[in-house]
Amino acid sequence: MSTHNPFFDPTLKKRHLADKIFKFVALSALLIAVSFLVIFFTDIISKGLPSYKQAYVNLPVTYNKDTVADSSYAIDEEHYELVSRAWYRDMPMYATAHPEVMNKTTKEWVLADDEVDQYLKGHAHTLTDEQKVVVDKMIKEGSVELQFNSIFFSTGDSKIPENSGFLSSVVGSILTIFICIAFAFPIGVMSAIYLEEFAKQGKVSTFLEININNLAAVPSILFGLLGLAIFINLFGMPRSSALVGGLTLGLMTLPVIIVAGRTALRSVPASIRQAAYGLGLTKWQVVKDHVLPLGMPGILTGSIIGIARAMGETAPLIIVGMIAFIPDIPTSFTQASTVMPAQIFTWAGMPEGAYVERVSGAIMILLGVLLTMNALAIYFRKKYEIKW
Amino acid sequence: MKFDIKTKARTPINANRQIKVQSEDLKLWYGQKQALFGISMDIYKNSITALIGPSGCGKSTFLRCLNRMNDLITGVNVDGKVIIDGKNIYDRDVDEVSVRKKIGMVFQQPNPFPKSIYENVSYAPIKHGIVKKGSDCDELVENSLKSAGLWNEVKDILKNPGTGLSGGQQQRLCIARTIAVKPEVILMDEPTSALDPISTEKIEELMIELRKDFTIITVTHNMQQAARVSDYTAFFHLGKLIEYADTESIFVNPKIKQTEDYITGRFG
Ligand SMILES: Nc1ncnc2c1ncn2[C@@H]1O[C@H](COP(=O)(O)OP(=O)(O)OP(=O)(O)O)[C@@H](O)[C@H]1O
Ligand SMILES: [Mg+2]
Repeated sequence: MSTHNPFFDPTLKKRHLADKIFKFVALSALLIAVSFLVIFFTDIISKGLPSYKQAYVNLPVTYNKDTVADSSYAIDEEHYELVSRAWYRDMPMYATAHPEVMNKTTKEWVLADDEVDQYLKGHAHTLTDEQKVVVDKMIKEGSVELQFNSIFFSTGDSKIPENSGFLSSVVGSILTIFICIAFAFPIGVMSAIYLEEFAKQGKVSTFLEININNLAAVPSILFGLLGLAIFINLFGMPRSSALVGGLTLGLMTLPVIIVAGRTALRSVPASIRQAAYGLGLTKWQVVKDHVLPLGMPGILTGSIIGIARAMGETAPLIIVGMIAFIPDIPTSFTQASTVMPAQIFTWAGMPEGAYVERVSGAIMILLGVLLTMNALAIYFRKKYEIKW
Repeated sequence: MKFDIKTKARTPINANRQIKVQSEDLKLWYGQKQALFGISMDIYKNSITALIGPSGCGKSTFLRCLNRMNDLITGVNVDGKVIIDGKNIYDRDVDEVSVRKKIGMVFQQPNPFPKSIYENVSYAPIKHGIVKKGSDCDELVENSLKSAGLWNEVKDILKNPGTGLSGGQQQRLCIARTIAVKPEVILMDEPTSALDPISTEKIEELMIELRKDFTIITVTHNMQQAARVSDYTAFFHLGKLIEYADTESIFVNPKIKQTEDYITGRFG
């Protein structure tokens, strides 16, 4: 054992302690963040997955003149309340379209009422004790079961919980985002090119730059007011339509794309510009053939992230009337439509358990879309990144 | 210090030499800051003129004036004339794009486009309408690469990216790209400073070769290089042209003390 340690530093102990404390604090912060994420995802998935299944009951259905006239007679009294009102509503139309079923009583799977569905899934329900006995008996017989919820994926909103679906808002989102991209991407990229490549650096361009950066941070609801004022009141475009919603979201996304575009263009090495100008090329040739291709991955990444944000946006759409009860799947840009987050918002305000689980089921779809878009952004960045 | 001055290939001085580029009282400001203080010099056709001087003396700035590359920098003001083939390139009726086509430039850092070797050379001639895509273009690419002494090394890999070549090869590719647009003057800003000695030698040989067809103006910090390749040498200091003469006089018999101090390495 040597008595003298030439490396001994009396301050080290304290400094190492600071290290440990800092490491501990940083790690706990990370753990807190991760645990919130985990809680969020497990909650959403555990609540949302059941919404992809829906209860159906296997019952004798009587088709004849009387039951078509008043479909509530088609099911026997004991089971009457277990069947969805949507089924009673649609049954006469079905019978008219399929005359071969008439004047027969056949056992078939019919859509169950949402309370039966909730009871089966073990959630809160409003079935009476007698009804519960009936359902329990049917469970034993195997004449009630959870089937794949095709309604959820193929229809729009409905006042009947078990009959409501997410597709109309998915289509609405697609139409809206299409307009948003078609509007914001070309204008945004062109503005970025102008500001970065053509505009004289000076007071005006600095003023514009500051304002565009500020616009990117403006609360989104203000863009809704702007959209209302311009597109609906001034141009008279149809309220609640994908056209107005998309343009409004486009206004919101525009500054984001401009900022991302300018950053991407600025990051193109000056040496490439010099090489091109040195060959006697015009500005547009330099920009189009050299600067833009090199800046494109950055522009795309920034734009996709901006558009993904627009896709999850509700606030500005409230103002232009896209948060509404929209049962039909829109087929044009001018038809009333809603979007995914707006549909989620609407359902989240409903008391029925069936709507509540649809909220989570819809969030899963929305998150899936957004994650795909972000993955796409990363993919573009990697794919078009040019090695120097 | 001894300089190895190449005399064999040198253009005979005074023997009906022709002026190609003429700068007359050229002044330049970067915003408030003046960088060039009235440069007047005649640059001769089919010769190599070397610009030397300590860092920051305005060599690159002067060079960029000759093909109006300074126009790309905001806040630059130029006063004076640069007369090429009898026309002041700063006249209002001169388009700087056409100036740059006639006066090509090679930069310090090799900067090929991130495109194929072939496209690096063919891109600008096609845009200028010198050739159309096809066999004419192939021929031009081949000739340009041959003139740049790169053909044998790349003839089988023309589709490969230009950025995949070695530094020296990249620089020769940039030279090929420049001569493909058939300029008359080639400006080179420290073309070998980022290269190894062997690549440097190749570029130097190339410059002497190219002198037959082009007028070359080069900036260098390498005195030996200036002595080896150039016909004329201009010494700049603090934005002024201090001394300008044929290379032999400058290196063997400088008239001004500052020049002598600089080339013998006593300052700068
Ligand atoms: N873009 C610019 N903006 C402002 N000042 C500049 C700019 N480019 C050069 N200068 C200034 O002009 C002067 C001359 O610069 P220049 O680049 O021409 O020098 P140089 O002789 O080429 O130097 P080096 O040998 O280091 O390349 C320097 O003082 C420099 O700081
Ligand atoms: Mg320089």
